[in-house]
Amino acid sequence: MARIFFYLLIGVLFGITMFKSEAASWFRIYEMFKFQSFHMYGIIGSALTLGIIIVQSIKRFRIKSFYKEDINFIPKTKGVTNYLIGGIIFGLGWALAGACPGPMFTLLGAGFSPILIVIFFSVIGTYLYGVLKDKLPH
Amino acid sequence: MNWIFEPWPWYISGPMIAFIMFLLIMFGKSFGMSSNLRTLCAICGAGKKTEFFKFDWKSQKWNLVVATGAIIGGFIGSHFLSNDLVVHINPETVSELNLLGFEGAGKEYLPTELFDNSVFGNIKSILILSVSGLLIGFGTRYASGCTSGHAISGLSNLQLPSLIAVIGFFIGGLVMVNFIFPLIF
Repeated sequence: MARIFFYLLIGVLFGITMFKSEAASWFRIYEMFKFQSFHMYGIIGSALTLGIIIVQSIKRFRIKSFYKEDINFIPKTKGVTNYLIGGIIFGLGWALAGACPGPMFTLLGAGFSPILIVIFFSVIGTYLYGVLKDKLPH
Repeated sequence: MNWIFEPWPWYISGPMIAFIMFLLIMFGKSFGMSSNLRTLCAICGAGKKTEFFKFDWKSQKWNLVVATGAIIGGFIGSHFLSNDLVVHINPETVSELNLLGFEGAGKEYLPTELFDNSVFGNIKSILILSVSGLLIGFGTRYASGCTSGHAISGLSNLQLPSLIAVIGFFIGGLVMVNFIFPLIF
């Protein structure tokens, strides 16, 4: 139960950050894809810079998890087609809805009910991928 | 403490995201929000028909809890930690958006035209939100991840596939905003 509580707390922290950073704002996503502000690039860039330092340090110094277990980073499977085409399709949706799968949930909590339509259809979209998976180039 | 009620600058928000990823790694998990969509499919019984959804979704419950936290965080952020819900975007962006018909640009958090409750009676807005949802759901699974999974987690682990995915994200976003927006708005 304690673990569940911590995951909830991490999620709350994430939600607050997404909302307060305005990364959950449709306007910020539009502005980013228009290269008219540094804001989103600053967020992603600084998160990534620190992220690289964190992950590489954990690997190099073999840092153990809070439960004293080894931390394993599972390498992504090789490929180009699925990452590129899937990425482009997601990018189209990201810019149109102005939200990615994290902020979608945040916006629901913030009270913007129409985001429910986006969430519902993103589950449908995921289902469609699962059905069509074997017929798609990977 | 007044700063907390203002929009957070990038140099606070970005490190917070890295910190959240760090916490999840230290709990033996990974940071990636779109897998929840697959889990939701599995919970709804998609595994009965499709191999892709036949997995032990109970092992993914922790991530649904994180997503639930993100909902609560959105509530707290908007109701208790904000004085106003205005996003101050670039004035140039504002005038561009005004031309596209988004009158609230620079005055609101999300465009009324897409996210006000009145859109439930507007076919065009419903269609736009539905299509964007489909693209997000289909695309993230096809690419095996979204912004958190690839742009943050994957790139932090120096994964080439994540770089390819992120390049895809930007191609898609740029095409949408620059070429498709003028056609639909």
